[in-house]
Amino acid sequence: MRNEVIRWGRGGVAALVLVGLVVAPWVVDDYTTAILARTLALALVGVSVALLTGVAGMPTLGQTAPYAAGAYACAVLGSRISDVGVVQVAVAAGAGAALAALTVPLVVHARGVIVLMITLAVGELVVTVLGRWRSVTGGTDGLAGIPAVRPFWGLPVLATDQARYLYTLVVAATLVGAVLLLLRTRAGLLLRAGRDDETRLRASGHRVPLLVSGAHVAAGAIAGAAGSLLVVAQQYISPADFGFDTSALLLLGVVIGGTASVGGALVGAALVIAARDWLFGVLPGHAPLVLGALFVATVYLLPSGVDRARLRPRPTDVPPVHPDRPAVREHAGAAPELRT
Amino acid sequence: MTPLLDARDVQVRYGSLAALAGVDLSIHDGQRHALIGPNGAGKTTLLNVIAGATRPQRGTVVFGGRDVGRLGPAARARRGINRIHQRPAVFSTLTATENVVVAALPRVIPQRRWRPGGRRRAAQHRAGPLLEQMGLADVASVPAGHLAHGQRRQLEIAMALAGRPRLLLLDEPAAGLSATEVGRLVELLRALPRAVAVLLVEHRLDLVYALADTVTVLRDGQRLAAGTPDEIRTSPLVRQAYADGVA
Repeated sequence: MRNEVIRWGRGGVAALVLVGLVVAPWVVDDYTTAILARTLALALVGVSVALLTGVAGMPTLGQTAPYAAGAYACAVLGSRISDVGVVQVAVAAGAGAALAALTVPLVVHARGVIVLMITLAVGELVVTVLGRWRSVTGGTDGLAGIPAVRPFWGLPVLATDQARYLYTLVVAATLVGAVLLLLRTRAGLLLRAGRDDETRLRASGHRVPLLVSGAHVAAGAIAGAAGSLLVVAQQYISPADFGFDTSALLLLGVVIGGTASVGGALVGAALVIAARDWLFGVLPGHAPLVLGALFVATVYLLPSGVDRARLRPRPTDVPPVHPDRPAVREHAGAAPELRT
Repeated sequence: MTPLLDARDVQVRYGSLAALAGVDLSIHDGQRHALIGPNGAGKTTLLNVIAGATRPQRGTVVFGGRDVGRLGPAARARRGINRIHQRPAVFSTLTATENVVVAALPRVIPQRRWRPGGRRRAAQHRAGPLLEQMGLADVASVPAGHLAHGQRRQLEIAMALAGRPRLLLLDEPAAGLSATEVGRLVELLRALPRAVAVLLVEHRLDLVYALADTVTVLRDGQRLAAGTPDEIRTSPLVRQAYADGVA
Protein backbone atom coordinates (compact mmCIF):
# COMPACT_ATOMS: atom_id res chain seq x y z
CA MET A 1 0.00 0.00 0.00
CA ARG A 2 2.77 2.41 1.04
CA ASN A 3 4.78 1.55 -2.05
CA GLU A 4 1.67 2.17 -4.15
CA VAL A 5 1.26 5.62 -2.60
CA ILE A 6 4.93 6.39 -3.20
CA ARG A 7 4.63 5.28 -6.82
CA TRP A 8 1.58 7.46 -7.39
CA GLY A 9 3.21 10.35 -5.56
CA ARG A 10 6.33 10.17 -7.68
CA GLY A 11 4.27 9.90 -10.85
CA GLY A 12 2.29 12.95 -9.82
CA VAL A 13 5.43 14.98 -9.09
CA ALA A 14 6.93 13.94 -12.44
CA ALA A 15 3.75 14.98 -14.25
CA LEU A 16 3.70 18.34 -12.44
CA VAL A 17 7.36 18.98 -13.29
CA LEU A 18 6.71 18.11 -16.93
CA VAL A 19 3.70 20.45 -17.07
CA GLY A 20 5.81 23.16 -15.42
CA LEU A 21 8.56 22.67 -18.00
CA VAL A 22 6.07 22.87 -20.87
CA VAL A 23 4.46 26.13 -19.70
CA ALA A 24 7.74 27.70 -18.50
CA PRO A 25 8.54 29.68 -21.67
CA TRP A 26 5.19 31.48 -21.38
CA VAL A 27 5.88 32.36 -17.75
CA VAL A 28 9.55 33.38 -17.72
CA ASP A 29 11.54 35.81 -19.88
CA ASP A 30 13.61 34.87 -22.94
CA TYR A 31 16.92 34.91 -21.06
CA THR A 32 15.61 32.44 -18.47
CA THR A 33 14.12 30.32 -21.24
CA ALA A 34 17.54 30.08 -22.89
CA ILE A 35 19.11 29.17 -19.54
CA LEU A 36 16.45 26.48 -19.07
CA ALA A 37 17.20 25.00 -22.49
CA ARG A 38 20.90 24.81 -21.68
CA THR A 39 20.09 23.30 -18.28
CA LEU A 40 18.01 20.60 -19.99
CA ALA A 41 20.96 19.70 -22.19
CA LEU A 42 23.21 19.40 -19.15
CA ALA A 43 20.57 17.45 -17.25
CA LEU A 44 20.53 14.97 -20.11
CA VAL A 45 24.28 14.54 -19.71
CA GLY A 46 23.49 13.99 -16.03
CA VAL A 47 21.23 11.10 -17.07
CA SER A 48 24.15 9.55 -18.94
CA VAL A 49 26.32 10.00 -15.83
CA ALA A 50 23.59 8.33 -13.75
CA LEU A 51 23.39 5.44 -16.20
CA LEU A 52 27.08 4.76 -15.68
CA THR A 53 27.49 5.78 -12.05
CA GLY A 54 24.24 4.69 -10.45
CA VAL A 55 22.88 1.95 -12.67
CA ALA A 56 26.07 0.29 -13.91
CA GLY A 57 28.15 1.18 -10.82
CA MET A 58 30.97 2.88 -12.73
CA PRO A 59 31.51 6.43 -11.45
CA THR A 60 32.66 8.74 -14.21
CA LEU A 61 34.07 12.23 -14.59
CA GLY A 62 34.41 11.95 -18.34
CA GLN A 63 30.94 12.28 -19.82
CA THR A 64 31.83 15.76 -20.99
CA ALA A 65 34.00 14.04 -23.62
CA PRO A 66 31.16 12.44 -25.63
CA TYR A 67 29.07 15.53 -24.81
CA ALA A 68 31.71 17.67 -26.52
CA ALA A 69 32.08 15.23 -29.43
CA GLY A 70 28.31 15.38 -30.01
CA ALA A 71 28.21 19.16 -29.71
CA TYR A 72 31.08 19.78 -32.13
CA ALA A 73 29.80 17.16 -34.60
CA CYS A 74 26.41 18.89 -34.51
CA ALA A 75 27.93 22.37 -34.84
CA VAL A 76 30.07 21.39 -37.84
CA LEU A 77 27.16 19.55 -39.43
CA GLY A 78 24.77 22.45 -38.77
CA SER A 79 27.19 25.02 -40.19
CA ARG A 80 28.20 23.10 -43.33
CA ILE A 81 25.77 20.34 -44.24
CA SER A 82 22.33 20.12 -42.63
CA ASP A 83 20.17 22.18 -40.30
CA VAL A 84 17.67 19.36 -39.74
CA GLY A 85 17.35 18.62 -36.04
CA VAL A 86 16.69 14.91 -36.26
CA VAL A 87 19.83 14.46 -38.38
CA GLN A 88 21.87 16.56 -35.97
CA VAL A 89 20.69 14.57 -32.95
CA ALA A 90 21.47 11.27 -34.71
CA VAL A 91 24.94 12.41 -35.82
CA ALA A 92 25.73 13.87 -32.40
CA ALA A 93 24.62 10.66 -30.68
CA GLY A 94 26.76 8.69 -33.12
CA ALA A 95 29.79 10.91 -32.45
CA GLY A 96 29.33 10.53 -28.68
CA ALA A 97 28.93 6.79 -29.01
CA ALA A 98 32.00 6.54 -31.26
CA LEU A 99 34.16 8.46 -28.80
CA ALA A 100 32.85 6.34 -25.92
CA ALA A 101 33.60 3.19 -27.94
CA LEU A 102 37.19 4.41 -28.45
CA THR A 103 37.67 4.74 -24.70
CA VAL A 104 36.02 1.39 -23.86
CA PRO A 105 39.34 -0.54 -23.86
CA LEU A 106 40.64 1.87 -21.21
CA VAL A 107 37.75 1.44 -18.79
CA VAL A 108 36.27 -1.99 -19.47
CA HIS A 109 38.50 -3.78 -16.96
CA ALA A 110 38.98 -0.92 -14.51
CA ARG A 111 36.66 -0.05 -11.65
CA GLY A 112 36.02 2.57 -8.97
CA VAL A 113 38.49 5.40 -8.51
CA ILE A 114 40.62 4.13 -11.42
CA VAL A 115 37.66 4.67 -13.78
CA LEU A 116 37.19 8.14 -12.31
CA MET A 117 40.82 9.00 -13.04
CA ILE A 118 40.79 7.50 -16.55
CA THR A 119 37.56 9.25 -17.51
CA LEU A 120 38.82 12.51 -16.03
CA ALA A 121 41.98 12.21 -18.15
CA VAL A 122 39.93 11.43 -21.28
CA GLY A 123 37.72 14.47 -20.63
CA GLU A 124 40.75 16.73 -20.22
CA LEU A 125 42.40 15.30 -23.34
CA VAL A 126 39.30 16.01 -25.38
CA VAL A 127 39.18 19.61 -24.12
CA THR A 128 42.86 20.01 -25.05
CA VAL A 129 42.24 18.64 -28.55
CA LEU A 130 39.25 20.96 -28.97
CA GLY A 131 41.42 23.93 -28.00
CA ARG A 132 44.16 23.05 -30.50
CA TRP A 133 42.32 21.73 -33.55
CA ARG A 134 41.54 25.21 -34.79
CA SER A 135 40.61 24.31 -38.37
CA VAL A 136 37.63 22.28 -37.20
CA THR A 137 36.78 23.44 -33.69
CA GLY A 138 37.77 27.08 -33.89
CA GLY A 139 40.26 26.51 -31.05
CA THR A 140 39.67 28.21 -27.74
CA ASP A 141 37.49 30.80 -29.51
CA GLY A 142 34.97 28.06 -30.26
CA LEU A 143 32.37 27.99 -33.01
CA ALA A 144 29.92 30.86 -33.23
CA GLY A 145 27.04 31.74 -35.53
CA ILE A 146 25.75 28.20 -35.84
CA PRO A 147 22.53 28.35 -37.89
CA ALA A 148 19.21 27.76 -36.14
CA VAL A 149 17.84 24.28 -36.38
CA ARG A 150 14.64 23.04 -38.07
CA PRO A 151 13.23 19.92 -36.33
CA PHE A 152 12.32 18.01 -39.55
CA TRP A 153 12.65 18.53 -43.29
CA GLY A 154 10.09 21.05 -44.49
CA LEU A 155 9.47 22.64 -41.09
CA PRO A 156 10.49 26.25 -40.38
CA VAL A 157 13.70 27.00 -38.50
CA LEU A 158 13.40 27.59 -34.76
CA ALA A 159 14.01 31.32 -34.63
CA THR A 160 12.97 32.13 -31.05
CA ASP A 161 14.30 31.10 -27.64
CA GLN A 162 10.85 29.75 -26.85
CA ALA A 163 10.81 27.43 -29.90
CA ARG A 164 14.37 26.27 -29.30
CA TYR A 165 13.54 25.52 -25.67
CA LEU A 166 10.49 23.45 -26.61
CA TYR A 167 12.54 21.53 -29.17
CA THR A 168 15.16 20.85 -26.48
CA LEU A 169 12.46 19.72 -24.08
CA VAL A 170 10.88 17.32 -26.58
CA VAL A 171 14.22 15.74 -27.53
CA ALA A 172 15.36 15.49 -23.89
CA ALA A 173 12.03 13.97 -22.78
CA THR A 174 12.14 11.46 -25.65
CA LEU A 175 15.68 10.39 -24.79
CA VAL A 176 14.92 10.14 -21.06
CA GLY A 177 11.89 8.00 -21.96
CA ALA A 178 14.16 5.79 -24.08
CA VAL A 179 16.59 5.41 -21.17
CA LEU A 180 13.75 4.49 -18.80
CA LEU A 181 12.55 1.88 -21.28
CA LEU A 182 16.09 0.54 -21.65
CA LEU A 183 16.34 0.11 -17.90
CA ARG A 184 13.22 -2.07 -17.94
CA THR A 185 14.80 -4.46 -20.41
CA ARG A 186 17.10 -7.41 -19.80
CA ALA A 187 20.11 -5.10 -20.30
CA GLY A 188 18.89 -2.80 -17.51
CA LEU A 189 18.40 -5.73 -15.15
CA LEU A 190 21.88 -7.07 -15.89
CA LEU A 191 23.45 -3.64 -15.39
CA ARG A 192 21.87 -3.38 -11.95
CA ALA A 193 22.98 -6.92 -11.15
CA GLY A 194 26.54 -6.07 -12.22
CA ARG A 195 26.52 -3.01 -9.98
CA ASP A 196 25.59 -5.25 -7.02
CA ASP A 197 28.08 -8.04 -7.64
CA GLU A 198 30.05 -8.25 -10.85
CA THR A 199 31.83 -11.48 -9.88
CA ARG A 200 28.50 -13.16 -9.23
CA LEU A 201 27.17 -11.95 -12.56
CA ARG A 202 30.19 -13.45 -14.30
CA ALA A 203 29.76 -16.70 -12.36
CA SER A 204 26.18 -16.85 -13.66
CA GLY A 205 27.51 -16.96 -17.21
CA HIS A 206 27.05 -13.36 -18.33
CA ARG A 207 29.58 -11.55 -20.50
CA VAL A 208 30.34 -8.63 -18.18
CA PRO A 209 32.86 -6.81 -20.43
CA LEU A 210 30.29 -6.76 -23.23
CA LEU A 211 27.68 -5.36 -20.86
CA VAL A 212 30.05 -2.68 -19.53
CA SER A 213 31.07 -1.72 -23.07
CA GLY A 214 27.42 -1.47 -24.11
CA ALA A 215 26.63 0.78 -21.14
CA HIS A 216 29.56 3.06 -21.99
CA VAL A 217 28.57 3.38 -25.62
CA ALA A 218 24.90 3.96 -24.76
CA ALA A 219 25.84 6.62 -22.19
CA GLY A 220 28.14 8.19 -24.77
CA ALA A 221 25.30 8.34 -27.28
CA ILE A 222 23.02 10.08 -24.77
CA ALA A 223 25.73 12.58 -23.84
CA GLY A 224 26.42 13.17 -27.55
CA ALA A 225 22.74 13.85 -28.22
CA ALA A 226 22.77 16.26 -25.27
CA GLY A 227 25.64 18.03 -27.01
CA SER A 228 23.40 18.72 -30.01
CA LEU A 229 20.85 20.27 -27.65
CA LEU A 230 23.51 22.57 -26.22
CA VAL A 231 24.31 23.77 -29.74
CA VAL A 232 20.61 24.46 -30.37
CA ALA A 233 20.24 26.28 -27.06
CA GLN A 234 23.39 28.44 -27.30
CA GLN A 235 24.20 28.54 -31.04
CA TYR A 236 27.77 28.90 -29.86
CA ILE A 237 30.18 26.43 -28.27
CA SER A 238 33.73 26.54 -26.97
CA PRO A 239 35.99 24.14 -25.04
CA ALA A 240 35.05 26.03 -21.86
CA ASP A 241 31.60 24.38 -22.02
CA PHE A 242 33.19 20.95 -21.48
CA GLY A 243 35.81 21.55 -18.79
CA PHE A 244 36.42 19.72 -15.54
CA ASP A 245 34.08 22.02 -13.60
CA THR A 246 31.18 20.85 -15.78
CA SER A 247 32.11 17.17 -15.16
CA ALA A 248 32.36 17.74 -11.42
CA LEU A 249 29.05 19.64 -11.30
CA LEU A 250 27.31 16.88 -13.21
CA LEU A 251 28.60 14.19 -10.87
CA LEU A 252 27.66 16.40 -7.92
CA GLY A 253 24.15 16.84 -9.29
CA VAL A 254 23.72 13.13 -9.91
CA VAL A 255 24.90 12.28 -6.38
CA ILE A 256 22.56 14.88 -4.91
CA GLY A 257 19.62 13.68 -6.98
CA GLY A 258 20.26 10.00 -6.31
CA THR A 259 22.63 8.00 -8.48
CA ALA A 260 20.33 5.00 -8.84
CA SER A 261 17.47 7.03 -10.28
CA VAL A 262 17.27 8.57 -13.73
CA GLY A 263 14.63 11.04 -12.56
CA GLY A 264 16.68 11.96 -9.52
CA ALA A 265 19.79 12.46 -11.63
CA LEU A 266 17.85 14.63 -14.05
CA VAL A 267 16.50 16.82 -11.27
CA GLY A 268 19.80 16.84 -9.33
CA ALA A 269 21.87 17.87 -12.35
CA ALA A 270 19.32 20.51 -13.35
CA LEU A 271 19.20 21.91 -9.80
CA VAL A 272 22.98 22.13 -9.47
CA ILE A 273 23.46 23.79 -12.86
CA ALA A 274 20.56 26.19 -12.21
CA ALA A 275 21.91 26.93 -8.71
CA ARG A 276 25.35 27.62 -10.14
CA ASP A 277 23.98 30.05 -12.70
CA TRP A 278 21.74 31.72 -10.13
CA LEU A 279 24.43 31.87 -7.43
CA PHE A 280 26.84 33.31 -9.97
CA GLY A 281 24.70 36.45 -9.99
CA VAL A 282 23.70 36.54 -6.32
CA LEU A 283 27.03 35.59 -4.72
CA PRO A 284 29.71 36.39 -7.28
CA GLY A 285 32.86 34.35 -6.59
CA HIS A 286 31.26 32.22 -3.87
CA ALA A 287 29.11 29.85 -5.93
CA PRO A 288 31.60 26.91 -5.77
CA LEU A 289 31.78 27.25 -1.98
CA VAL A 290 27.99 27.11 -1.62
CA LEU A 291 27.75 24.14 -4.01
CA GLY A 292 30.48 22.33 -2.10
CA ALA A 293 28.62 22.87 1.19
CA LEU A 294 25.41 21.67 -0.47
CA PHE A 295 27.20 18.52 -1.63
CA VAL A 296 28.63 17.74 1.83
CA ALA A 297 25.26 18.35 3.47
CA THR A 298 23.44 16.13 0.98
CA VAL A 299 25.88 13.24 1.23
CA TYR A 300 25.76 13.45 5.04
CA LEU A 301 22.00 13.88 5.45
CA LEU A 302 20.68 12.00 2.41
CA PRO A 303 23.28 9.38 1.48
CA SER A 304 20.96 7.83 -1.13
CA GLY A 305 20.17 11.19 -2.69
CA VAL A 306 17.11 13.41 -2.63
CA ASP A 307 15.13 10.99 -4.79
CA ARG A 308 15.42 8.15 -2.28
CA ALA A 309 14.95 10.28 0.83
CA ARG A 310 12.36 8.74 3.17
CA LEU A 311 11.49 6.16 0.52
CA ARG A 312 13.63 3.33 1.83
CA PRO A 313 11.58 0.23 2.67
CA ARG A 314 10.82 -0.02 6.35
CA PRO A 315 11.46 -3.32 8.11
CA THR A 316 7.70 -3.88 8.24
CA ASP A 317 7.61 -3.82 4.43
CA VAL A 318 9.59 -7.05 4.35
CA PRO A 319 7.49 -10.18 4.80
CA PRO A 320 8.29 -12.20 7.90
CA VAL A 321 10.90 -14.88 7.66
CA HIS A 322 9.53 -18.36 7.05
CA PRO A 323 8.14 -19.71 10.35
CA ASP A 324 10.39 -22.74 10.49
CA ARG A 325 13.50 -20.66 9.84
CA PRO A 326 14.32 -18.18 12.58
CA ALA A 327 15.35 -14.69 11.48
CA VAL A 328 17.95 -14.49 14.22
CA ARG A 329 20.64 -17.01 13.58
CA GLU A 330 21.38 -19.60 16.20
CA HIS A 331 25.00 -20.47 16.65
CA ALA A 332 25.81 -23.15 14.15
CA GLY A 333 28.10 -24.89 16.57
CA ALA A 334 31.52 -26.31 15.95
CA ALA A 335 32.10 -28.79 13.19
CA PRO A 336 31.91 -32.33 14.52
CA GLU A 337 35.05 -34.32 14.89
CA LEU A 338 35.63 -37.25 12.62
CA ARG A 339 33.49 -40.08 13.95
CA THR A 340 35.33 -43.11 15.10
CA MET B 1 32.65 -44.30 -18.79
CA THR B 2 33.98 -40.80 -19.53
CA PRO B 3 33.81 -38.60 -16.45
CA LEU B 4 31.85 -35.36 -16.57
CA LEU B 5 34.79 -33.54 -15.00
CA ASP B 6 38.36 -34.70 -15.24
CA ALA B 7 41.01 -32.53 -13.59
CA ARG B 8 44.54 -33.84 -14.00
CA ASP B 9 47.81 -32.89 -12.34
CA VAL B 10 46.47 -29.50 -11.20
CA GLN B 11 49.14 -27.32 -9.66
CA VAL B 12 48.65 -23.88 -8.14
CA ARG B 13 51.47 -22.06 -6.39
CA TYR B 14 51.42 -18.77 -4.51
CA GLY B 15 55.10 -17.87 -4.40
CA SER B 16 56.85 -20.69 -2.58
CA LEU B 17 53.56 -22.10 -1.22
CA ALA B 18 52.01 -24.95 -3.20
CA ALA B 19 48.25 -24.61 -2.71
CA LEU B 20 47.73 -27.58 -5.06
CA ALA B 21 50.60 -29.89 -5.96
CA GLY B 22 49.49 -32.09 -8.83
CA VAL B 23 45.93 -33.02 -7.79
CA ASP B 24 43.71 -35.36 -9.85
CA LEU B 25 39.93 -35.36 -9.51
CA SER B 26 37.21 -37.04 -11.57
CA ILE B 27 33.47 -36.59 -11.19
CA HIS B 28 30.86 -38.55 -13.08
CA ASP B 29 27.33 -37.51 -14.11
CA GLY B 30 25.02 -37.35 -11.13
CA GLN B 31 27.78 -38.12 -8.63
CA ARG B 32 27.75 -36.52 -5.17
CA HIS B 33 31.41 -35.90 -4.48
CA ALA B 34 32.79 -34.25 -1.36
CA LEU B 35 36.18 -32.63 -0.85
CA ILE B 36 37.37 -32.55 2.72
CA GLY B 37 40.59 -31.78 4.49
CA PRO B 38 42.10 -29.56 7.13
CA ASN B 39 42.30 -25.79 6.66
CA GLY B 40 44.81 -24.88 3.96
CA ALA B 41 44.50 -28.26 2.25
CA GLY B 42 43.60 -26.63 -1.08
CA LYS B 43 39.87 -27.44 -1.26
CA THR B 44 38.62 -23.99 -2.18
CA THR B 45 41.58 -23.47 -4.53
CA LEU B 46 40.61 -26.63 -6.41
CA LEU B 47 37.01 -25.39 -6.57
CA ASN B 48 38.30 -22.08 -7.94
CA VAL B 49 40.33 -23.89 -10.58
CA ILE B 50 37.30 -25.91 -11.68
CA ALA B 51 35.07 -22.81 -11.73
CA GLY B 52 37.66 -20.87 -13.72
CA ALA B 53 38.29 -18.25 -11.04
CA THR B 54 41.92 -19.39 -10.60
CA ARG B 55 44.18 -20.42 -13.45
CA PRO B 56 46.56 -23.26 -12.54
CA GLN B 57 50.24 -23.12 -13.43
CA ARG B 58 50.03 -26.73 -14.59
CA GLY B 59 47.40 -29.33 -15.30
CA THR B 60 44.24 -29.74 -17.35
CA VAL B 61 40.53 -29.43 -16.62
CA VAL B 62 38.27 -31.32 -19.01
CA PHE B 63 34.52 -30.85 -18.68
CA GLY B 64 31.99 -32.74 -20.78
CA GLY B 65 34.83 -34.06 -22.94
CA ARG B 66 36.23 -30.58 -23.70
CA ASP B 67 39.29 -28.88 -22.31
CA VAL B 68 37.95 -25.81 -20.46
CA GLY B 69 41.32 -24.75 -19.06
CA ARG B 70 41.44 -21.53 -21.07
CA LEU B 71 37.84 -20.52 -20.34
CA GLY B 72 36.85 -17.96 -17.69
CA PRO B 73 34.10 -18.38 -15.09
CA ALA B 74 31.36 -16.99 -17.37
CA ALA B 75 32.10 -19.37 -20.23
CA ARG B 76 32.27 -22.33 -17.84
CA ALA B 77 28.95 -21.33 -16.28
CA ARG B 78 27.40 -21.29 -19.74
CA ARG B 79 28.71 -24.84 -20.22
CA GLY B 80 27.05 -25.96 -16.99
CA ILE B 81 29.51 -25.42 -14.12
CA ASN B 82 27.67 -23.39 -11.50
CA ARG B 83 28.83 -22.44 -8.06
CA ILE B 84 27.52 -21.62 -4.61
CA HIS B 85 29.90 -19.44 -2.68
CA GLN B 86 31.02 -19.66 0.92
CA ARG B 87 29.27 -16.37 1.66
CA PRO B 88 25.93 -16.21 -0.16
CA ALA B 89 26.57 -14.12 -3.28
CA VAL B 90 23.29 -12.56 -4.38
CA PHE B 91 22.37 -9.28 -6.07
CA SER B 92 21.29 -7.36 -3.01
CA THR B 93 19.17 -4.61 -4.61
CA LEU B 94 17.37 -7.01 -6.93
CA THR B 95 14.33 -8.94 -5.75
CA ALA B 96 14.56 -12.68 -5.19
CA THR B 97 12.74 -13.26 -8.48
CA GLU B 98 15.07 -10.92 -10.37
CA ASN B 99 18.07 -12.72 -8.89
CA VAL B 100 16.86 -16.04 -10.25
CA VAL B 101 15.94 -14.45 -13.60
CA VAL B 102 19.47 -13.05 -13.96
CA ALA B 103 20.95 -16.45 -13.19
CA ALA B 104 18.59 -18.21 -15.60
CA LEU B 105 19.06 -15.85 -18.56
CA PRO B 106 22.24 -17.31 -20.09
CA ARG B 107 20.78 -20.82 -20.38
CA VAL B 108 17.09 -20.30 -21.16
CA ILE B 109 15.75 -20.86 -24.62
CA PRO B 110 12.73 -18.67 -25.44
CA GLN B 111 9.80 -20.31 -27.18
CA ARG B 112 9.73 -17.58 -29.82
CA ARG B 113 13.21 -16.26 -30.36
CA TRP B 114 12.10 -13.36 -32.54
CA ARG B 115 9.81 -11.86 -29.88
CA PRO B 116 11.40 -9.03 -27.89
CA GLY B 117 11.67 -9.91 -24.21
CA GLY B 118 11.09 -13.60 -24.92
CA ARG B 119 14.25 -14.71 -23.16
CA ARG B 120 13.39 -12.71 -20.06
CA ARG B 121 9.85 -14.11 -20.02
CA ALA B 122 11.24 -17.63 -20.26
CA ALA B 123 13.61 -16.91 -17.36
CA GLN B 124 10.70 -15.47 -15.37
CA HIS B 125 8.74 -18.68 -15.90
CA ARG B 126 11.67 -20.66 -14.65
CA ALA B 127 12.12 -18.49 -11.54
CA GLY B 128 8.65 -19.05 -10.03
CA PRO B 129 8.83 -22.84 -9.54
CA LEU B 130 12.43 -22.64 -8.31
CA LEU B 131 11.56 -20.09 -5.64
CA GLU B 132 8.59 -22.25 -4.67
CA GLN B 133 10.84 -25.30 -4.43
CA MET B 134 13.27 -23.41 -2.18
CA GLY B 135 10.47 -22.13 0.07
CA LEU B 136 11.02 -18.53 -1.04
CA ALA B 137 7.72 -17.87 -2.83
CA ASP B 138 6.52 -15.54 -0.05
CA VAL B 139 9.63 -13.34 -0.38
CA ALA B 140 9.83 -13.41 -4.18
CA SER B 141 9.40 -9.64 -4.48
CA VAL B 142 11.69 -8.72 -1.57
CA PRO B 143 15.16 -7.34 -2.35
CA ALA B 144 17.72 -10.05 -1.66
CA GLY B 145 19.64 -7.72 0.64
CA HIS B 146 16.69 -7.81 3.06
CA LEU B 147 16.58 -11.59 3.32
CA ALA B 148 17.92 -13.57 6.27
CA HIS B 149 21.23 -15.40 5.82
CA GLY B 150 19.58 -18.80 5.42
CA GLN B 151 17.13 -17.44 2.86
CA ARG B 152 19.98 -15.93 0.87
CA ARG B 153 21.66 -19.34 0.86
CA GLN B 154 18.44 -20.90 -0.47
CA LEU B 155 18.18 -18.13 -3.04
CA GLU B 156 21.72 -18.85 -4.20
CA ILE B 157 20.84 -22.52 -4.65
CA ALA B 158 17.79 -21.47 -6.70
CA MET B 159 20.08 -19.24 -8.78
CA ALA B 160 22.54 -22.05 -9.33
CA LEU B 161 19.75 -24.40 -10.43
CA ALA B 162 18.28 -21.72 -12.69
CA GLY B 163 21.48 -21.91 -14.73
CA ARG B 164 20.68 -25.58 -15.53
CA PRO B 165 23.96 -26.87 -14.12
CA ARG B 166 25.54 -30.16 -14.99
CA LEU B 167 28.03 -29.72 -12.17
CA LEU B 168 27.22 -27.78 -9.01
CA LEU B 169 30.13 -26.59 -6.91
CA LEU B 170 29.18 -26.01 -3.27
CA ASP B 171 31.73 -24.15 -1.18
CA GLU B 172 30.86 -24.66 2.49
CA PRO B 173 27.12 -24.18 1.98
CA ALA B 174 26.38 -24.70 5.69
CA ALA B 175 28.66 -21.87 6.83
CA GLY B 176 26.79 -19.52 9.15
CA LEU B 177 23.53 -21.47 9.09
CA SER B 178 21.56 -22.45 12.18
CA ALA B 179 20.90 -26.10 12.98
CA THR B 180 17.36 -25.76 11.59
CA GLU B 181 18.66 -24.13 8.44
CA VAL B 182 21.28 -26.84 7.98
CA GLY B 183 18.53 -29.47 8.18
CA ARG B 184 16.59 -27.63 5.51
CA LEU B 185 19.73 -27.30 3.38
CA VAL B 186 20.35 -31.05 3.53
CA GLU B 187 16.76 -31.65 2.38
CA LEU B 188 17.19 -29.24 -0.51
CA LEU B 189 20.51 -30.72 -1.59
CA ARG B 190 19.16 -34.26 -1.37
CA ALA B 191 16.26 -33.20 -3.59
CA LEU B 192 18.58 -31.94 -6.35
CA PRO B 193 17.94 -33.61 -9.70
CA ARG B 194 20.09 -36.72 -10.17
CA ALA B 195 21.27 -35.33 -13.50
CA VAL B 196 23.22 -32.69 -11.58
CA ALA B 197 26.62 -33.75 -10.30
CA VAL B 198 27.71 -32.10 -7.05
CA LEU B 199 31.14 -31.24 -5.74
CA LEU B 200 30.84 -30.28 -2.09
CA VAL B 201 33.51 -28.63 0.03
CA GLU B 202 32.46 -28.77 3.66
CA HIS B 203 33.98 -28.84 7.12
CA ARG B 204 30.88 -30.38 8.72
CA LEU B 205 31.52 -34.04 8.29
CA ASP B 206 27.97 -35.04 9.31
CA LEU B 207 26.77 -33.08 6.29
CA VAL B 208 29.39 -34.67 4.05
CA TYR B 209 28.42 -38.18 5.10
CA ALA B 210 24.74 -37.37 4.70
CA LEU B 211 25.12 -36.14 1.14
CA ALA B 212 28.17 -37.58 -0.57
CA ASP B 213 28.64 -40.94 -2.22
CA THR B 214 32.36 -40.32 -2.85
CA VAL B 215 34.81 -38.40 -0.70
CA THR B 216 38.25 -37.08 -1.61
CA VAL B 217 40.57 -35.96 1.16
CA LEU B 218 43.15 -33.28 0.48
CA ARG B 219 46.06 -32.34 2.62
CA ASP B 220 48.81 -29.80 1.89
CA GLY B 221 47.62 -29.50 -1.69
CA GLN B 222 47.78 -33.22 -2.40
CA ARG B 223 45.21 -35.97 -2.56
CA LEU B 224 45.54 -38.02 0.57
CA ALA B 225 42.71 -40.50 0.04
CA ALA B 226 39.52 -41.11 -1.89
CA GLY B 227 36.68 -43.54 -1.40
CA THR B 228 33.18 -44.00 -0.08
CA PRO B 229 32.14 -42.20 3.10
CA ASP B 230 32.52 -45.45 5.06
CA GLU B 231 36.02 -46.03 3.77
CA ILE B 232 37.04 -42.47 4.57
CA ARG B 233 35.43 -42.56 8.00
CA THR B 234 37.47 -45.59 9.01
CA SER B 235 40.72 -44.61 7.33
CA PRO B 236 43.50 -44.17 9.92
CA LEU B 237 45.39 -41.98 7.44
CA VAL B 238 42.51 -39.55 7.22
CA ARG B 239 41.93 -39.49 10.95
CA GLN B 240 45.59 -38.73 11.46
CA ALA B 241 45.45 -35.93 8.87
CA TYR B 242 42.47 -34.37 10.63
CA ALA B 243 44.08 -34.74 14.03
CA ASP B 244 47.20 -32.95 12.71
CA GLY B 245 45.12 -30.34 10.90
CA VAL B 246 43.01 -29.52 13.93
CA ALA B 247 46.07 -29.44 16.12
